[in-house]
Amino acid sequence: MAQATTAPVQDTHGHDTHGHHDQGWFKKYFWSTDHKMIAKQYLWTSIFMAVVGGLMAYVFRMQLAFPGIEVPGFGLVSPGEYNALITNHGSIMIFWVAMPMLIAAWGNFLIPLMIGADDMVFPRINRLSFQIFLISAILILASLFVQGGGFGGAWTSYPPLSANPEYNLTGLGASIWLIAVALEFVAFLLGGINFIVTLMNSRAPGMKAYDIPVTVWMIVIASILFMLSVGPLIAGAIMLLFDQTLNTGFYDPARGGDPILWQHLFWFFGHPEVYVVLLPAIGFVIDIIATFARKKLFGYKIMVYTAVATAVLSFFVWAHHQFIAGIDPRMANVFTVTTLLISVPIAELLFVIIATLYGGSIKFTTPMLWALSFVATFLIGGVTGIFLGASGSDIYLHDTYFVLAHFHYTFFPIAIIGGFAAFTYWFPKMFGTMLDETLGKIHFWGTVIPFQFIFIPLFALGLGGQHRRIYNFQNFPELASMQPLRVTATLALIVMILFQLVFFWNLFRSLRSKEKAPMNPWKANTLEWTTPSPPPHGNWPPDQMPKVYRGPYEYSVPDRDTDYWPQNEPS
Amino acid sequence: MFERLAIQASSFAGDIDGLILLIAVLVGFWFIVAEGMFFWLIWRFRERPDQKSQYITGKEKHLKRWVTIPHALVLVCDVFIIIGAVRVWYDVKQHLPEPDTVIRVEGQQWAWVFQHPGPDNELDTGDDIWTTDDLYVEVDRTYHFRLSSRDVLHNFSVPAFRLKQDAVPGRTITGWFHATSTGTYDIQCAEICGIGHGVMAGRINIQDAETHASWMSENATTTAAQ
Amino acid sequence: MQKPIATTRSASGIPTGRLAIWWLLASEIVIFGGLLACYLLFRLGHPEWADAAAVTNTAIGATNTFVLLTSSFTAVLAHQAAERGDGKKAARFLVFTIIGACLFLGIKSYEWWYEISHGYTITSNGFWSFYYTAAGLHAAHVIAGAIAMGFVAKDAAQGKELQRVELVGIYWHFVDVVWIFLFPLLYIAK
Repeated sequence: MAQATTAPVQDTHGHDTHGHHDQGWFKKYFWSTDHKMIAKQYLWTSIFMAVVGGLMAYVFRMQLAFPGIEVPGFGLVSPGEYNALITNHGSIMIFWVAMPMLIAAWGNFLIPLMIGADDMVFPRINRLSFQIFLISAILILASLFVQGGGFGGAWTSYPPLSANPEYNLTGLGASIWLIAVALEFVAFLLGGINFIVTLMNSRAPGMKAYDIPVTVWMIVIASILFMLSVGPLIAGAIMLLFDQTLNTGFYDPARGGDPILWQHLFWFFGHPEVYVVLLPAIGFVIDIIATFARKKLFGYKIMVYTAVATAVLSFFVWAHHQFIAGIDPRMANVFTVTTLLISVPIAELLFVIIATLYGGSIKFTTPMLWALSFVATFLIGGVTGIFLGASGSDIYLHDTYFVLAHFHYTFFPIAIIGGFAAFTYWFPKMFGTMLDETLGKIHFWGTVIPFQFIFIPLFALGLGGQHRRIYNFQNFPELASMQPLRVTATLALIVMILFQLVFFWNLFRSLRSKEKAPMNPWKANTLEWTTPSPPPHGNWPPDQMPKVYRGPYEYSVPDRDTDYWPQNEPS
Repeated sequence: MFERLAIQASSFAGDIDGLILLIAVLVGFWFIVAEGMFFWLIWRFRERPDQKSQYITGKEKHLKRWVTIPHALVLVCDVFIIIGAVRVWYDVKQHLPEPDTVIRVEGQQWAWVFQHPGPDNELDTGDDIWTTDDLYVEVDRTYHFRLSSRDVLHNFSVPAFRLKQDAVPGRTITGWFHATSTGTYDIQCAEICGIGHGVMAGRINIQDAETHASWMSENATTTAAQ
Repeated sequence: MQKPIATTRSASGIPTGRLAIWWLLASEIVIFGGLLACYLLFRLGHPEWADAAAVTNTAIGATNTFVLLTSSFTAVLAHQAAERGDGKKAARFLVFTIIGACLFLGIKSYEWWYEISHGYTITSNGFWSFYYTAAGLHAAHVIAGAIAMGFVAKDAAQGKELQRVELVGIYWHFVDVVWIFLFPLLYIAK
């Protein structure tokens, strides 16, 4: 049955409607307002930052496995450099990899396409958002090379250590780090406004709330969650910057300030932040599973409702990061209750995703492998969080490698597995060629298997009492004997890093390939697959913008000759 | 290395370990069920030429049950865990038993300073014993520690006790422990405090009554405050 | 640049620009709300700050409050004119609002110069740290608003983009409301 889609047209806007007919290199690549180009800018930047963050991990894990020995490609790792490496590894991975890749890159690319619009509602603010983001990325990298070195107070930047250059010895780096983070926040606030308003207003005619793909819901809910949680931290960051540079005493107990105030401000944002990055990743996973299981979602509305419930509840759990920080011990009881309760909607969300597999016809393409491994891996991250959310057990496990392993078992599925799932799924649409499936599968296994061998040893180390942010465990007699676990983790990391070369090779080959990708290689229902790969400027001809007749998950509808039913096909 | 969990040198270490075990059992059960179901489903419903995918709306009651019942059971398990957690937390952090001895612990960049009350068992008297990085306590005795910091945040952590508490400048936070076996164990700083965070290793020396008494009399001549 | 089709749609029934401004305000409310909540907690915990708070000049604060309220009123008049399609009048009222902003900033500059020259700086104590930080953040938003208003007025005078008069007005009312919170907290509560 023929789809009522547009014929591929080179220039969809005619000569004068947008004035983009002859775009010079500068306007097309650097100064573009096209959401697809901006998406790519975010994507390449975040991939670059991921490489930087990954190499930082290589260096500090080499120090941990072989303490005091020169790391190939870096040299000896001093305690100060170790602290700067772990601080910036964490900051970069969260703020300059996970957020831009999952939200800014894929949000920018997919939202207009999936809702049948020709761009975001504010293309110039979109461009400005990326430019601010780029400046923040340059700043965070620059901060590593200033006098004193990169900031070494952990990504959580607790004062008084972070507030006083005499304590942290990286005063300039600390302030530049803080400004970089603040600018990143501004970029995402602006971007978020664009996403939210675009979804609210610019949907294709006929697209009702429950016809919106889950990916779009998740990115927009995440944007709202980010916006409403980051404000107090921005206020707190201004206060910290003033402590650092103007010698105010907001966080100085000697002058009436309170270091724990920062912790509250940070984690009031910090906890919602993990859901800010989780929701988009889960959105991709859900859409990919629907496509490759050829199945309607088991509970589309439940998925949206539990996402909203999780987002709301996430405002009430923050102090589980501070159980033993010196807060009133009675408060810990409140937060342990809220923290354990938040596991309920997330568990339901995961159950509903797993239930979607029932009755399906599952194709194990590379994107599907990534999406499925997200579920399997995130489950481990999620359940290990319970040990930390229970106040009594957190007494022992706080600040140990158990925490580290828990959050890598959540962040890695979110950022890396979710990132590769999105990348391999939408690559044909974005770039117009196909990635090689065999190389894709080799890369997949070469990533997820070593990953287990990095972090399962770390759970063991944590249970054994090993604390975080320490550059050499040979100083602790009780921990020295666990060195084989540390070496295992490091070697596994090196193997995983090497397998990423397979990904880059695959990418390089495909980008240079002359073979064109079809419009809808995966036979999916959503609107982005109804326009050429890659879509032209404006996505569809202005007089042929799509209309929507049904939801996005009408797969395997009985009594039809195809097992998919695009949203824009009239009944 | 799992024998570490067997090193329980304090009265509440067993309670904390018990809670960890409870969580491990409950959570482990759900984990196995969920992962098991997941892997079974992707095997059972892998693409096969003779098998078409089904159109399931999610409103089917007999299928919804498979989600709503586990969902409710998870909530029940959470309640058990909450009760366990609150109990342990109360015993360790909220309710401090009467102390036999009070000590002071101060973290600084980058060492631990301990003030022992000396043979008269009173702090801030002439026979107090000051040490750096080595803490000396008597087994089977209930101690309160008054914890603070000179500069940045530190954290007094004794894994063998399962004890951990942030040291906050400008505040004195009191905690307790009751050592149940003699030995020497690690003290780690559990809050990043600068470039020396990794070298703030301390040692807690748990002595029997006799040894401890002779240690005290040998060292109690220190009179000047630090 | 021609607006995309996306910008002209309105599935929610609310114009795109207005939605955007309200979401912008939502994010700003959380920022200022966070800062003021911190100040409140500190102030309640430090009764001795009353001595510092006594120094702030309530009369100047009240004058500035009046100035801002008046400027909000002229912003409303600008909006009314824009609704009637009278771009030139709207621009004129926006200019009055900008003058109000400049007056506000001028008075504040004098106020701060006076206080600083008498030794009350941002590091004097916790109260003054918050005083300058909160009022400073607010002043930054006043400056940004005035600049934005300048651009909107320029377009409005030529009859262009009149819908932006309302939007910049909404932002301006928010800046005013923040001050309505700051004034009692920093000047009246002694």
